[in-house]
Amino acid sequence: MAAAGTCGTGTRSTGSMVAAASTNNVTSFQRRGPRASGADSGCSRLVSIAGTRPSVRNGQLLVSTGLPALDQLLGGGLAVGTVLLIEEDKYNIYSPLLFKYFLAEGIVSGHALLVASAKEDPADILQKLPAPLIDDSYKKECDEDVCSHKMEPDIKMKIAWRYQLLPKMEAGPVSSSRFGHYYDISKRIPQELIETSKWHGFFLPEKISSAFNVESCSLTPGYMKLLQFIQNIIYKEGFDGSNPQKKQKNILRIGIQNLGSPLWGDDICCTENCDTSHSLTKFLYILRGLLRTSLSACIITMPTHLIQNKAVIARVTNLSDTVVGLESFIGSEKETNPLYKDYHGLIHIRQIPRLNNLIYDISDVKDLAFKLKKKLFTIEVREFLCLSSQS
Amino acid sequence: MFPELNNLLNTTPEGAEQGKLTLLCDAKTDGSFLVHHFLSFYLKANCKVCFVALVQSFSHYNMVGQKLGVSLTTARERGQLVVLEGLKSAVDIFFRPQEEPHPLQFLREANAGDLQPLYAFVRDALEPVDCGEAAWRCPVLLVDDLSVLLSLGVGPVAVLDFVHYCRATVCREWKGNVVALVHDSGDAEDEESDVLLNGLSHQSHLILRAEGLATGFCKDVHGQLRILWRRPLQPTTPRDRSLTYQYKIQDKSVSFFAKGMSPAVL
Repeated sequence: MAAAGTCGTGTRSTGSMVAAASTNNVTSFQRRGPRASGADSGCSRLVSIAGTRPSVRNGQLLVSTGLPALDQLLGGGLAVGTVLLIEEDKYNIYSPLLFKYFLAEGIVSGHALLVASAKEDPADILQKLPAPLIDDSYKKECDEDVCSHKMEPDIKMKIAWRYQLLPKMEAGPVSSSRFGHYYDISKRIPQELIETSKWHGFFLPEKISSAFNVESCSLTPGYMKLLQFIQNIIYKEGFDGSNPQKKQKNILRIGIQNLGSPLWGDDICCTENCDTSHSLTKFLYILRGLLRTSLSACIITMPTHLIQNKAVIARVTNLSDTVVGLESFIGSEKETNPLYKDYHGLIHIRQIPRLNNLIYDISDVKDLAFKLKKKLFTIEVREFLCLSSQS
Repeated sequence: MFPELNNLLNTTPEGAEQGKLTLLCDAKTDGSFLVHHFLSFYLKANCKVCFVALVQSFSHYNMVGQKLGVSLTTARERGQLVVLEGLKSAVDIFFRPQEEPHPLQFLREANAGDLQPLYAFVRDALEPVDCGEAAWRCPVLLVDDLSVLLSLGVGPVAVLDFVHYCRATVCREWKGNVVALVHDSGDAEDEESDVLLNGLSHQSHLILRAEGLATGFCKDVHGQLRILWRRPLQPTTPRDRSLTYQYKIQDKSVSFFAKGMSPAVL
């Protein structure tokens, strides 16, 4: 029915579009090279890195966020050298999923990982990553959902036919490129994949106990240590082009969980006027400086709903590149609202960066909702259903 | 530079005025296109430009500049352009402490620092040199943007002091121009930002304010630009003049039109 139609044909063939565009743009891309490559990369010869693709618009190197629907909303993916800030939902149920998708995508694409957390040991975080779905099993998942929708096909058509024509945000797996994979969150990632991957963990309680000899700066010690750790990894592993390129270039995916929460030693979620009010913003600025000069991409989840001082939220948003906010319905009056009964929450794309350009890719659709199915996290255009007598 | 914006401002690169402070401000939208406009405008006007780029990397401005017809790398090599790359310098000074004072010295300090080293950097960059080389028209200081300094722990009064010093040296003494971008936080109740914005608004000759539309996102109209001329240089000119236009940003230019007259609507 209509649901099956949108599932199958709603796919925008992003794979073929990118392939066509990249053959046209190949000269401009080679002239520039990846924007965030290291200082000494005078080489204009493009070395293609697994799990990345050039942006259709300006040749910017992109990596997948692990959720192809989110990649589409962000204009193709997350640009290398930028920060993706996820504003956590109220009870921190759905934002860890996005965090895990990002890391799982890194493992599947063969990227290096740096996981930082003050709450959970990075090794445990990696154990809980979702398992990747191969193409056939994704189609099976899609068909199962279609069967459940078959119950009430006519009603949907009559009431919301206009919105049925809009493609669902999730596209089928793009089998022609290895950019963006699908994951089954009910299964854990196979142990072999974790063991073959290169990852570095930063667990705050372990690192903070050792004494360090840096003069006091207005950064809290936790942030200070984390920045030094990140800079050390980038320098040692050569992501900023400092080491001679003997080995293949690779991307470093950095994931920082619950930044700004009291577990990091920051008071910003506790009081309105705290002494360390500039610590978080300084951290973000220097982190972005590190990212811009290296082949890395970073995801940060931040409990912005806890930050008392609205000015800080505005500053944090200005200092990040891409900002996505999650709003879950749990505990709010929207949970029982029939308009929202099919969804678990709303997703807001608050900011998309303009990189190397005056304009940026922004989708026209602003009304986006997410739903956590048994095995998948999906993002859809919110369909309006009129209140009728049977609902 | 955007030719339509030049027409609205009634300026050309050849006839650019001197000794002025221009304030760029944005509210609920991104006003960085104004920074790109003024950067390319003053480079085309053959002025010596000191660009304090705190928000993005040099290659970003370079690529946009190329779309607007100026090459920042060539200008830098010729000595016309001096750039302070905030992101790169912050990493340098944070991880490798320098001996001599660095323009972004305040990053290492625990208390709110002052911007004295930054002012020294600007002064050294724009000092008119009277040897026999090709003289540039006038020195110009361009800052993108001042709100980042507030986020990095500098107090609003220190930033105002910095702008005051720059204005005294660059505008008054050397008959140059200063252009700075500040974010207006709007509802976010950012007192420091309000202090900075109000203080600068009173000092500036020209204010360009990019605002998002009150009705929200629109594909064809990206925002509204308010131009306010203050402090007319001739005492005979009457009071402040103000104009409002709506704009749409395209790949290589920005088109301006009167309110409600977007080509998509007509």
